[in-house]
Amino acid sequence: MAAGTPNTTPLLSVRDLIVRFYTLRGVVHALEGVSFDVGREQSIGLVGETGCGKSITARSVLRLIDPPGRIDGGSIAFQGRDLIQLPETEMRAIRGADISMIMQEPKMSLNPVMRIGDQVAETLLIHDKSLNRRTARAQALDMLASVSIPDPKRLARRYPHELSGGMAQRIMIAMMLVTRPKLLIADEPTSALDVTIQAQIIELMNALIDDIQSSVLMISHDLGVVAETCDRVIVMYAGQVAEAGDVETVMSDPQHPYTAALLKTLPDQVDADEPLYSIKGNVPSLLTPPTGCRFAPRCEHAMARCHNERPRAIPLTADHQVACFLHDAAPEPAAEPAAVPA
Amino acid sequence: MPDAATKALDTADMRRLRAQARKRYLHDSYVLWKRNPITVTGTLIIVFLVLVALFAPWLATHDPYDQILAQRLMPPSWDNLFGTDNLGRDIYSRVVHGARLTLMIAVLVAAISAPIGLLVGVLSGYLGGIVDEVLMRLSDIFLAFPKLILAIAFAAALGTGLENAIIAISIANWPGYARLVRAETLAIRNSDYIQAIQVLGASRTRIMLQHITPMCLSTLIVRVSLDMGAIILIAAGLGFLGLGAQPPSPEWGLMVSDGRNYLVDQWWVSTLPGFAILIVVLGFNLVGDGLRDILDPHQRQS
Amino acid sequence: MNEMATNDVTPRTDPDAPPLLEIEKLHVHFALRGGALMRTQATVKALNGVDLTLRQGEIFGLVGESGCGKTTLGRALVGLAPVTSGSIRFKGEDLIDGRRNGDGDEKWALKIQLIFQDPYASLHPRKQVRDLVGEGLHINGLAKNHEIDRRSLEMLERVGLGVDHLYRYPHEFSGGQRQRIALARALVLHPELLVLDEPTSALDVSVQAQTLNLLKQLQQELGLTFLFISHDLGVVRYMSHRIAVMYLGHIVEMGETRDIFAAPRHPYTKSLLSALPSIHPDKRSRRIVLEGDPPTPIDPPPGCPFAGRCPRTEDRCRAEKPVLHRAQTSGVNHAVACHFPETP
Repeated sequence: MAAGTPNTTPLLSVRDLIVRFYTLRGVVHALEGVSFDVGREQSIGLVGETGCGKSITARSVLRLIDPPGRIDGGSIAFQGRDLIQLPETEMRAIRGADISMIMQEPKMSLNPVMRIGDQVAETLLIHDKSLNRRTARAQALDMLASVSIPDPKRLARRYPHELSGGMAQRIMIAMMLVTRPKLLIADEPTSALDVTIQAQIIELMNALIDDIQSSVLMISHDLGVVAETCDRVIVMYAGQVAEAGDVETVMSDPQHPYTAALLKTLPDQVDADEPLYSIKGNVPSLLTPPTGCRFAPRCEHAMARCHNERPRAIPLTADHQVACFLHDAAPEPAAEPAAVPA
Repeated sequence: MPDAATKALDTADMRRLRAQARKRYLHDSYVLWKRNPITVTGTLIIVFLVLVALFAPWLATHDPYDQILAQRLMPPSWDNLFGTDNLGRDIYSRVVHGARLTLMIAVLVAAISAPIGLLVGVLSGYLGGIVDEVLMRLSDIFLAFPKLILAIAFAAALGTGLENAIIAISIANWPGYARLVRAETLAIRNSDYIQAIQVLGASRTRIMLQHITPMCLSTLIVRVSLDMGAIILIAAGLGFLGLGAQPPSPEWGLMVSDGRNYLVDQWWVSTLPGFAILIVVLGFNLVGDGLRDILDPHQRQS
Repeated sequence: MNEMATNDVTPRTDPDAPPLLEIEKLHVHFALRGGALMRTQATVKALNGVDLTLRQGEIFGLVGESGCGKTTLGRALVGLAPVTSGSIRFKGEDLIDGRRNGDGDEKWALKIQLIFQDPYASLHPRKQVRDLVGEGLHINGLAKNHEIDRRSLEMLERVGLGVDHLYRYPHEFSGGQRQRIALARALVLHPELLVLDEPTSALDVSVQAQTLNLLKQLQQELGLTFLFISHDLGVVRYMSHRIAVMYLGHIVEMGETRDIFAAPRHPYTKSLLSALPSIHPDKRSRRIVLEGDPPTPIDPPPGCPFAGRCPRTEDRCRAEKPVLHRAQTSGVNHAVACHFPETP
């Protein structure tokens, strides 16, 4: 595990990110003060349930938030530059070159009327203008071979619809890693795949990422997949970071009540005769989110304070933060209210 | 098991809840409508057209059929707002009265051709096989000709007159709708929610009438409203060729046709009714675009 | 993986319970048509001779990867997939003949119902919940007007929804709530067998937990029999009394849940169990990563369906199709279709 050493600046540093969607029924507070770091050569899992903002966080990093959504505050520092302030032209140069993204549905991300080999070659040509078509084609074949595709020559002449989901995801990975990006964002890369194929893809990704030394921000709802691929994990709930830390620590000894509850709901944790643990209530509407801790209405340990104040991230160890008042040693009337960015 | 909530629920409660649901739906529709200024503009144009048609006798300054040959081809003035035509009739009054004819043609053609298209499309798409083959080859024959040519042919065969023009345009119009509805039906006939109804034991007739038709309806309504403009233009075209409305009726297309000899020197005779056609066609198109959003259930999710 | 099954789970299937559904040599083949004149281009062999008996009151899990035929099997039971050959008997009555003779749909609708995987696709987007849930009552003439609303509401309350939800549209609900509506729609007809096709795979884990609890509760309260189809082994282990593992239209292994999880006999089952990602680091080490993709059910190879990917294939496997038979030295009801089964 190659956790970034603390004295170097992190590769990606997201601070107090606020994203809102201005919809028909009002303003959806999709992300409210999300902060986290991705160190160099680190792989980080972003977990949480539908609507918790994990995909929006990832898309914000690439500035791919479409209207009616808008980034309303915070900063996203990537290699020292704030991506939010960059003009669109510079942002375009970063997308795909320094930061790549793998989507959940690989087949939807491939051009259906272009042969596989040409698509991979095209990616090479876009990023390296000095290449000619012939060398790009040759390199494309090498790339396909590098993601353990048998008989790449034959496959290069095929169209996306002729591929299985696993094959298509391999190709996407090949295309996204061709530029040796510093950061790879993987949005549920294995969710659409079968278990045995998922295992293949996980192994492949781990090997390639080690090889090109990039950092990974992996979004997944599957805690098992994150546990197997990532060094650190960030647990999100209703647009806020609940807990962040080393995967082993968080999974084995969760400190935020939400993380703990989430782990307890997994069906492979219990005996078939007992009912599964379920979190009472529902995910809050982000149109009118709870004022204090957003998990407070469903939390078994909620105190009066939890309903009024937003908990800040409290460091438990150097590598483990939790946004929960249960861990706040400070006296009850906190000196400063929850950090509300302007 | 059934607790207090069930017992307390009587018919009145249900009626109230239904009304609430309907109100919520209408409110959402209103918000979606209001959000899009283009739709609002289109709606205002159509509302204006309807009002003009309703109050034509009061809005008109002259009798639309009254020929004052002494005042023929007068330019627009305070007395004759849009000027007069070659027989000395007040063009403004004729345009206002023509709104009735235009609206009638558009609505009648839609009312005749849309249900035919819907029926043929759903039958063809859902039943498939030989039914599909026969119905679609039939509609292909119609679609092989441009709509206007087809309408002209039918109008000529049926004889001149407004009623025949409406029938002719309807005949030319339905195959497009049938094709559209068929495509829509094919897309939803294998969807989970239709299969779920099938598993509940529904007959094919019920599935077609109760479950597929409502899904096709919104697409069809959008298409028809976009077609309204084309219908008016074809009607105007038939009028122009002397196959639709007959003189002296103040049909807009006919009026444009009447003025074509004077286009250079007395531009208002053709141009002003032409503008009326243009604005109304635009109105229907804008509304059609907006309806697409309003009728899409996905738009309501956000 | 083995650890999690050694928790002592008592076998809850009563071997003496009367059979509810008997499937024999079921084949479902589809013709792929295309080209000029719509000639048959290829045959998709979705199911190739499946034998299966569901006992009254049990939850039977059907596991496998996409394309293995598990969904087709479920759909064949409710008449959504055409049966090529074989028989399905429901309480001794032939279901396929029944359907063919036209007394079919309504009658069987009251006995077997299906829950679809994606609750976002299985509810008609323009119908209110009242009409969605009440539709079955209306179609089958079980109730009228006010009575439909009353019975629908009763069932909605059983699945955890209420009167506030009765006149809403599907788009106003979350995934978990939609799946409850779908459940109410099926259960309002009081079927005896409920086929659940991946009922929670589109849901979040915490919602999945609620839904699974509800399903178990309803199964016990209403005395239902479940055919529970899923690719998620954790969910199937938790839910099912018995399990069948499918591969390419065949059942390759079948038995009590705990037997299969404790000692899988088929190499495919073994690798499937090992591939399951786990949050526990100690359970990860023994992963068997299978080579290649699952073969397509279009013109599958002769011999063992798994031969192409099996780590221990021999000549016999490619030539001769293994039959499902009771494995020696394992549970009474444990059967495996393999020439060289793993020793426990």
